[in-house]
Amino acid sequence: MTVTETPAPSAPPNPTGAPDGSRLAAHDLRLGYDGRVVVDGVTLELSTARTTAVVGPNGCGKSTLLRGLGRLLRPRGGTVLLDGDEIGSLPTREVARRLGLLPQQPVLPDGVTLLELVERGRHPHHGLFRTWTRVDEAAVAEALERTDLVELAGVAVDSLSGGQRQRVWLAMVLAQQTSVLLLDEPTSFLDIAHQLDVLDLVRTLRDDGTTVVMVLHDLGMAARYADHLVAMRDGRVVAEGTPHEVVTPEVVEEVFGVSALVVADPETGTPVVLPRRRVS
Amino acid sequence: MSSAPPLASTPATPPTAPSGTPSTAATLARARRGPRRRRTAVVAALLVLFVSLVLVRALLGDYRVSFVDAVRILGGEQVPGASFVLLESTLPRAVMAVLAGAEFGAAGAAFQVLLRNPLASPDVLGLTHGASAGAVLAVVALGVRGTPVTLAALAGAVLAAVVILSQAGGRGGATDRMVLVGVALAAGLSALVHWMLLRASIHQAQDALVWLSGSLNTVTWADIGRLLALDAVLLPLLLLLAGRLPVLGLGDDLAAALGVRVTGLRVGVTLVVVALVASATAVVGPVAFVGFLSGPIARRLVPGRPSVGIAALVGAVVVVAADHVAAYAVPGTALPVGLVTGLLGAPVLLWMLRSRPASQEDR
Repeated sequence: MTVTETPAPSAPPNPTGAPDGSRLAAHDLRLGYDGRVVVDGVTLELSTARTTAVVGPNGCGKSTLLRGLGRLLRPRGGTVLLDGDEIGSLPTREVARRLGLLPQQPVLPDGVTLLELVERGRHPHHGLFRTWTRVDEAAVAEALERTDLVELAGVAVDSLSGGQRQRVWLAMVLAQQTSVLLLDEPTSFLDIAHQLDVLDLVRTLRDDGTTVVMVLHDLGMAARYADHLVAMRDGRVVAEGTPHEVVTPEVVEEVFGVSALVVADPETGTPVVLPRRRVS
Repeated sequence: MSSAPPLASTPATPPTAPSGTPSTAATLARARRGPRRRRTAVVAALLVLFVSLVLVRALLGDYRVSFVDAVRILGGEQVPGASFVLLESTLPRAVMAVLAGAEFGAAGAAFQVLLRNPLASPDVLGLTHGASAGAVLAVVALGVRGTPVTLAALAGAVLAAVVILSQAGGRGGATDRMVLVGVALAAGLSALVHWMLLRASIHQAQDALVWLSGSLNTVTWADIGRLLALDAVLLPLLLLLAGRLPVLGLGDDLAAALGVRVTGLRVGVTLVVVALVASATAVVGPVAFVGFLSGPIARRLVPGRPSVGIAALVGAVVVVAADHVAAYAVPGTALPVGLVTGLLGAPVLLWMLRSRPASQEDR
């Protein structure tokens, strides 16, 4: 275990560019709805071709942070930089060609077939007058192959199980072919088999060079599948670093208010959290 | 076929799998074939129905015009009797029925998809009634005709839209609130129209009957020309914008993530819908249920992908057919077309509720 890199949690290195090849970065980001501030001054460099998991208690601003990073929410302060450009200044379609985002609960249209749904992921690559090209076809085919859904292409999505539906949504964002992918709780409501399905897929995406940021609830899964963890509480980043640095009894208590035992997974060596009792 | 095999934990797909293998391409082609065939069949059937209904409406009235005569008349010849019936009565009515039906159908379907609520059609939300009230006000109080009536209807529809959309602020449940406000608005505006008609002279009230339920009894070529000019701009614009609606159907967040400017699209579609509804209502009044039912019927015929174009075709077919029934169902009496669409609408709505596909068990 060579822990040589020191991620320097709260020191904004240089706010203008992306020196270490970070494609997506937030600097002193403040986000909120109406009168409420939800994310209060978050600075993050999301390392390229790595998986970052954002963890924290309910309502700590994880999903809001993700929406802000995906420019679905206009910042009240601070900036989000995509490839060095202020994300809000880029054309919407241009952002959508580089950055994909899967919300927690997208709306499933009645009666839509799997193939039709996945094809909609190609939308950002089309102009005002849509034409379907070989590139589109290849992207859709590849997305379906990666998610192992080719045989179900003609099936109505509302007849599928929850676990399969989640893979369909993933196939849709894969068809978008972006190098940055933001996933909001991609495994919630899934049984463990389907959770592994999704997270294994995320791992292969990472191996192919995709920068993944996902919000996860399960600390064990986050520690096992993410290269980098960001722990949030009350709209601020409490701890940031490798799973071993972040998943410690101290951080778990500070973030979740829970006293816990942290042991090493006998097989992978990654930290596993055994919650003991609540300490408020 | 439709029930998928229960999926156990599948291992991650082998990273070496080449993309776009021939077998995948073949499978995808097969998956597309079904929906594509169905769509082609539906469009073909609707087109045949559409052409035959227009012919029936134009030629087979109380006074029958033979097809040969009709061709001669349209070629510029004078056929005693037939010329007058075709050119002054049945043909303009058929053309207007097509235009109004297509406008109501397209506008209704677009609005329902835009707001993701099958109740959110312009006639339920009171846009049509706003247009109607504006038009009645112009006719009864100001005594104007023609273009000013269309403008007044537009003003009424815009006002109604502003009232409804002002309810859309905030997050969550916005469309439910819009529907409730819209229903109340529709009832209020309908009462307003009645009240204005009570105060009108008998002569005006006869004309203004159009605004109560929608009627094609007084259509002129001038009306058609005005509507055609607007349609030539509005319908292609709506179809162009409608290309983005399937993506918007996935939810605001996902649509934005896929590069749709959600607010801009909302505003654009709403403006076009308001203009379409107002221009049609200014001439034929609020023809009941057409905007409300065309979209769901179109979606039932072609599931999955919302199609504004097919809804327009459905609307045209419904209004032409309903107008024929309205004109000849009761001998000696010309019923307003809105009465027939209203009568047809209720059972169709009940049928659609009963045969609703059992889906979305968990939401």
